[in-house]
Amino acid sequence: MALIITEEEKMLKEAARELLETKVSIDQFRLLRDENYQSFDRSTWNEIIEMGWTSLIIPAEYNGLDFGYVGMGQVLEEMGRKLVKSPLISSILFSATAIKYSDNEKLKIKFFPKLMNGEALMSLAVDEKSYHDPDNINTKVTEEKKCYRLNGKKTFVLNGNFSDHLIVLAKIDSKEYGLFLVKSDTLGITIKNKILLDTSTYSEIILNDVLVPKEHRLDIKISGMELIKKVLDISCIGLSAEILGVIMESFELTINYLKEREQFGVKIGSFQSLQHRAAKLFSEIELCKSIVLKALQAIDKEDKDISNYASLAKAKLCKTAKLVTNEAIQMHGGIGVTDDSNIGFYLKKARVLQKIFGDYNYHLDKLAKNKGY
Amino acid sequence: MDSKNKLDIADFRTETRAWLEENCPKSMCQPIKDASDFYWGGRNAKFSFEDQRLWFERMLEKGWIVPYWEKKYGGGGLSPKENTILTQEMSRLGCRKPIYSFGISMLGPALLQFATEEQKLKYLPEIVKGKIWWCQGYSEPNSGSDLAGLHMKADDKGEYFLVTGSKVWTSYGDKADWIFCLVRTDSNSPKHRGISFLLIDMKSQGVSTRPIKLISGKSPFCETFFDAVKVPKTNLVGNLNEGWTIAKFLLTHERQMIGGIGETDIKENPHKLAKKELPFESGKLKDSILRTEISDFELDDEIFNLTIQRIVDEAKAGNNSGALSSFFKYYGTELNVKRFELLLSISGSDGLLWMDDKSSGINIARNFCRSKGNTIEGGTSEIQLNIIAKRILELP
Repeated sequence: MALIITEEEKMLKEAARELLETKVSIDQFRLLRDENYQSFDRSTWNEIIEMGWTSLIIPAEYNGLDFGYVGMGQVLEEMGRKLVKSPLISSILFSATAIKYSDNEKLKIKFFPKLMNGEALMSLAVDEKSYHDPDNINTKVTEEKKCYRLNGKKTFVLNGNFSDHLIVLAKIDSKEYGLFLVKSDTLGITIKNKILLDTSTYSEIILNDVLVPKEHRLDIKISGMELIKKVLDISCIGLSAEILGVIMESFELTINYLKEREQFGVKIGSFQSLQHRAAKLFSEIELCKSIVLKALQAIDKEDKDISNYASLAKAKLCKTAKLVTNEAIQMHGGIGVTDDSNIGFYLKKARVLQKIFGDYNYHLDKLAKNKGY
Repeated sequence: MDSKNKLDIADFRTETRAWLEENCPKSMCQPIKDASDFYWGGRNAKFSFEDQRLWFERMLEKGWIVPYWEKKYGGGGLSPKENTILTQEMSRLGCRKPIYSFGISMLGPALLQFATEEQKLKYLPEIVKGKIWWCQGYSEPNSGSDLAGLHMKADDKGEYFLVTGSKVWTSYGDKADWIFCLVRTDSNSPKHRGISFLLIDMKSQGVSTRPIKLISGKSPFCETFFDAVKVPKTNLVGNLNEGWTIAKFLLTHERQMIGGIGETDIKENPHKLAKKELPFESGKLKDSILRTEISDFELDDEIFNLTIQRIVDEAKAGNNSGALSSFFKYYGTELNVKRFELLLSISGSDGLLWMDDKSSGINIARNFCRSKGNTIEGGTSEIQLNIIAKRILELP
C-alpha cells in the first residue's frame, strides 16, 4: 500500500481544516478556559456530529461511514492544530473503538447509534496510578449470578466529568482482564474531577461494589487482555495523529514568528543559529508524518505489526513534541512565556497528550522488549 | 490502466523473471563480499572472474545495462513501469548490478538533461557498453562547502580551453578514463555565473593524480592535478557559464544516493549485534543506558526508512520533492554516524580491531572512521540545513 492518503481522505482533511479554521480557531480554546474551564463547546460538537466525524470508524452495517482510521487520523490532526476541545477522543477514538473490536453484538447495536449522534458520551478508564502500567491492574471484578461486581480505583480518565458511560478495565485473575461498560451514575461510583495543565478535565473514579449487568461485558468469547491491548494501540495511534497537529501548528507559528520579529535591525530568522535549529525541527516532523500515516494504515489493514507501529508512533511523536514545543517557546523569546501568546497552549497540550497511554520512555521500552533485548 | 495493458505488464514480469533465472549466474546472485565483486568497466577493464563477464555481456546484449534509457542511446527503452518490474525482479533474485558506473548514475542523467544530441549519441552508448570509466571533479582544496567559489580555470584559447588547477575527492581518479568537471570560465561575474561543465580525458597531457589516505585507511579518493591541459571546445556540456545549473542538478542526485535512496545494501542492526555480544539480565540488556540508546536509534532509523518510502510514493503521485534531497542527505548521514558510534560501543574491545582478522562481519573500527566522512561529503550537514532553511522554510 502506498504511503500517501487517498483523494477522499484528502478531501476530508481539507474540509476539517476549513471548518476548524473558520468556526473554531484557537480563540475558542482561550475563551473556554477563561469561562471557568469549560470542557467543550456545544455548538462545535454539534458541527462535528453533523460533519460525520463521530461515524468515521463505525462499520457500515451499523449505519456508520466506515471511512477507516486513516480518515479519522486526518480529522484528529486538524483538531490538534486548533487544540479543539470535544468528546471525540474519549467517546469515539477510545470508547467506540473498544466496542467496535469487542464481540458483544448487542452493545454495538445499542450504543453505536447513540455514540454517533452524541446522545451517549463515553470514556475509557484504564490507569490506576500516576503512570501508565496496563500490565498491573488492581481493579477487581467478581462474577455473581446476574451481574458483575467491580471494586477499585481509576485515575487520569479523560472527560470523566461529562461522560455518561465508562468502559472500565478490570482484572479477572492473574492472567485475564475484562472490559465493562457502566453508567457513570451507577450506585457506588464516585467521580472526582481535576483540571490539568492543558485546561481539560480528567477524573479520579472510585468503584465501590459497583454492579454491572452481565450483558455489559465487552469481551465475551475473545480475550479481554487482547482487546485492551488493541484498543490502547489504536488509541495511541489516534493520539499520535492529534500530537502531529499540535507539533505542526506550533512549528508553523514559530517559523512565521522568525520571519516577522526584528532584532539588531534584521529579521531574527536570518540568524544561522535559529535557521539550523528550525531545519532540524522540520526534519523530525517529516519523520513524524511518515510514522503516523503508516500506523493509521496498519489499523485499517489489520496489520499484525500494529502494536509495533503504535509504539513507534507514540514514542516518536512524544519525543518530537517535546523538542518542537520547547524550541517554539525559546524561539518566541519573552512573548513565548506570556499568557497573551498562544504558543504556550501548545506546550501544555503536548505535555498532557504525551502522558496519555504511555510516554516516550514507556513506548521505547516496549519497542526494545518486542525485539527481545 | 486498461485490461490489455495489465495483461502485458503481467506477461512482462513472467518473461523477465524467467530470463533472469536462466541468465544470471548463481555466483552473481550472492551479496557483494569485497572490492573484486565490483565491475567498473573502462579502457583497461578486467573482469575478476568468468561469471562476472558472462553476466555483463548477457545484460548488455539484452539491453538492460541501462534499461530505462532510450534505445538510440544504448538503453533498453523500457517504460517506467517495466523498469520498476525489472528492478523488483532483480532484487528478488538478489542479482548484482552488471556494472558499477558514475557514468550511469551521475553523468548520464546530466547529459540527458543538458547535452546536445550529438554529445548524447557520442557519450551515452559508451557509458552503456562500459567502455569509459567516469569520475567526478567538483570540490577543490579551497572550495569545499563553498563549491561555487571554485578556482580551476578554463581559458578560452579559440580552438580549445586551457585548463589549470586541481580537484580533490575524485573517487577512483587514479583508475578512471574521463572526468566531468566544474571549471571557472569567467572570473569577473558573480561566482555562480562564471562556472561551466566540462568533460576531460584523463589521458590528456598535463593530468596527474595522487591518492588520498583517509582516517579509515586506504580509500578510492584522489587529488587530481591539471597543468595547462588542452580540452576541445566540443567537450563543453550546456551553455558557457551556466554550469552551476548542472552542478545543482547533479548534487541533488548525489545527495539522494548518499542519503540512502536507492541504496540496497543491508545495514547492520545494532540490536542484533547487541543480542549476540552483550550480557542480559532478566530478559533485558544488562547495560540499560546502551539499551535506551539502541532503541532510540532504531526508532529513528525505522521511521526514516518509512519516510523514504513516503516521499517516493508522493513523488509517484506527482508531488515534486526535489528540495527534500537535502533533508535525506542530512538525516540519513547523521543516522549512519550514530549507527557506527553504537556498533563501536556494542562490540566492546573487539570493535577496535584494525586488521581484518575477525572471522565474520564488517570491520567496525574502519567503517566507524569512514562514517565520519558521510556528514561532510556531498555537502556538509550544515550546508544541508542551510538549504532546508532557505529553500523549504523560506527563512530570510
